[in-house]
Amino acid sequence: MNVNTKHDFKPFNVDLWKHDGQAGALIPLLQSAQDTYGYISEAAIDHISHITGVPAAEIYGVVTFYAQFRTKPLGKYVIKVCNGTACHVNNAKPIADAVTDELGITYDETTDDGDFSMLSVACVGCCSLAPVVVINDETYGRLTPAKTRKVLREYKREAKKTQQEKDA
Amino acid sequence: MKTVKIGLGTCGISAGGEKVYQAFQEELKQHPEAFVLTETGCVGMCYREVLVEVSNGDGSEHVYGDVTPERVGQIVKEDVLNGSTIDDWLVTDKSEKGFFENQKRIVLRNCGIIDPGDIEQYIARNGYQALKHVLTLMTPGEVIDEITKSGLRGRGGGGFPTGLKWKFTHDAPGEKKYVICNADEGDPGAFMDRSVLEGDPNTVLEGMIIAGYAIGADEGYIYCRAEYPKAIARLRQAIAQAKKRGFLGYNLFGTSFSFNVKIKEGAGAFVCGEETALIHSIEGKRGMPRFRPPFPAQSGLWGKPTNINNVETFANIPWIMLNGGDAYAAFGTENSKGTKVFAMAGKVKRSGLVEVPMGITINEIIFDICGGIVGDRKFKAVQMGGPSGGCIPADMCDIQIDYQQINKTGAIMGSGGLVVMDETTCMVDVAKFFLTFTQSESCGKCTFCRIGTKRMLEILERITDGQGSMEDLDNLEELSHQIGESSLCGLGQTAPNPVLTTLKHFRHEYEAHIIEKKCPAHVCSPLLTYTIDENCNGCTACARACPTDAITGEKKQLHVINQDACIKCGKCFTVCRFDAVIKD
Ligand SMILES: Cc1cc2nc3c(=O)[nH]c(=O)nc-3n(C[C@H](O)[C@H](O)[C@H](O)COP(=O)(O)O)c2cc1C
Ligand code: FES
Repeated sequence: MNVNTKHDFKPFNVDLWKHDGQAGALIPLLQSAQDTYGYISEAAIDHISHITGVPAAEIYGVVTFYAQFRTKPLGKYVIKVCNGTACHVNNAKPIADAVTDELGITYDETTDDGDFSMLSVACVGCCSLAPVVVINDETYGRLTPAKTRKVLREYKREAKKTQQEKDA
Repeated sequence: MKTVKIGLGTCGISAGGEKVYQAFQEELKQHPEAFVLTETGCVGMCYREVLVEVSNGDGSEHVYGDVTPERVGQIVKEDVLNGSTIDDWLVTDKSEKGFFENQKRIVLRNCGIIDPGDIEQYIARNGYQALKHVLTLMTPGEVIDEITKSGLRGRGGGGFPTGLKWKFTHDAPGEKKYVICNADEGDPGAFMDRSVLEGDPNTVLEGMIIAGYAIGADEGYIYCRAEYPKAIARLRQAIAQAKKRGFLGYNLFGTSFSFNVKIKEGAGAFVCGEETALIHSIEGKRGMPRFRPPFPAQSGLWGKPTNINNVETFANIPWIMLNGGDAYAAFGTENSKGTKVFAMAGKVKRSGLVEVPMGITINEIIFDICGGIVGDRKFKAVQMGGPSGGCIPADMCDIQIDYQQINKTGAIMGSGGLVVMDETTCMVDVAKFFLTFTQSESCGKCTFCRIGTKRMLEILERITDGQGSMEDLDNLEELSHQIGESSLCGLGQTAPNPVLTTLKHFRHEYEAHIIEKKCPAHVCSPLLTYTIDENCNGCTACARACPTDAITGEKKQLHVINQDACIKCGKCFTVCRFDAVIKD
């Protein structure tokens, strides 16, 4: 039976599970699904359940246990606000508030237009620049609420521009 | 030929290292024969990243700090091409006084020196010599004896004697055994393991292979948190190269001993750093801890005897086998031997990575090595051991780095996160921060850990909101003891530590929040007074944001906050684009 067509679902790296003990491959499979699609859809869970024989409910339990797995897609720009210890003691909270205020989203939310998502992370590895925000792969350090707004407005402009180009 | 080496650990990359690297690549296109461009890991001076080392080819070298892409052109022109250093940008013994002299580098011996992507450079610095010696000349029992003699204790937080752990796994009956390297590094203020994996992955591999030989395992797993993509990439590279060079695989050094290593990526759960939860996670299950015994040494991965050690523990092994257990035990105190790596963060001038001999005092680390407190403000406390640890007040920081002395303060050695706090840090807020972390990371298996931490957090929130009562403090203490006693794993058992230690050493701060309704460090916003200063240009953003219309003022005029109407939500502070709102 062709399980892939059932959900109109392109196969991802299914070879993985052959190498290990069957159960041990569940997490790498989920990681592979998330790498491919950006999140774990119900279709992906069904698919993995089918190839591993692990019940979908159990897979859902694993997905929701680990912070890395998302059941919804992320926005175009992912704003990771560092809430590691160093950033916290260097006033990360007002930075997060500024993001929330500017974009109208809080942690684990995505703007309606799908442009921005906001996540909380623990230590991105440049504590000496605290407080830190990472947007996609760009790191912004030594932030104040005012600086944060400025950065975000630039991204907003960029998002608008690409949208207009797309529309045109 | 000159060599230009860029620090490309995660800290270097965050500071813009890749752009600096690209700028040098551009220069190289214009001056193709002028220099060789390479990279290295974190040398520990994260506060001066991006670091660029220029070596002249005659053994002499010098390092530039705070390099930006804009500075690259000048460095190439003046230094690389013309041989004159730009002294203002140099990192020298004088500019970094005390930083290296007071350290002792065993774990970090290669970090920031070698290119971690090139196994030959590791080999050139005695890499895999220890493995060869062990496999060809020693019995597993002799290896275990040497490690026992070194006095090495687990660096992952528990501090269990490594030699003894190896002996247990060695003695456990069974044909099939495993070695696991715990690279889950969950403490939100720690980055030692990441730096070691990124800067010198081979030393960790070599340590694991030696452990495999000592306990009789032929397979190893490295469980690395997914948030460390660079470390994982480095490990993959190192494993591939080690296989090619015959350090991993079958019949190593012509002996009958074989060893292979696999990487498992974690998926983001703090509790998975706990050894039994980690094993469940490798097996593909929810990472929940289970009751011990049986310990992993008896029944671990897939039910087989398993030895699990931390990254830093393994990184010590090759040095110990090469230099002898006695040489390692020569550093340190009576019951804490060798060195310890600390990730310095918070309000300290030189944040980054340091490796010190045990027995050094906390004050020496903060002031002699790390240059003291930012802005020379008053030093208040250090937090050691992350969410499982505690705060040590400044007046106790003349104690030595020693498992017992630290435990006496209520904190723990932990895995090596050392967060420095000054008078602008609120200790109640710090306790709340760590409890928020453990509360959300509790796996939910034990009632006290799941609900008890929630209740404690509610109390702390009440106190920082100015709604606390003195009775709350008694409740916090009682709950702390109950959670500590009735949780299955270390997460719950130690979760109350940040609260207990701050209550013990900084009770007056809790009381100030409760009785005077003040936050002495000006952190807890409901207890502050908000005012607007002359930076205000009358943009009206704050007045529009204020939910109670407490802010008045004409357009383009200074605005004023009516204190009676202010509900201290802090909205004006966050919307102001001119940093004109002051909280006190
Ligand atoms: C909640 C919790 C989190 C832990 N996280 C880690 C971790 O991130 N890294 C680590 O090496 N050990 C961690 N440990 C300790 C491990 O359970 C285990 O003791 C350690 O990996 C053993 O290695 P060692 O003897 O070399 O220290 C954690 C323990 C608990 C209870
Ligand atoms: S705590 Fe934010 S970068 Fe380390």
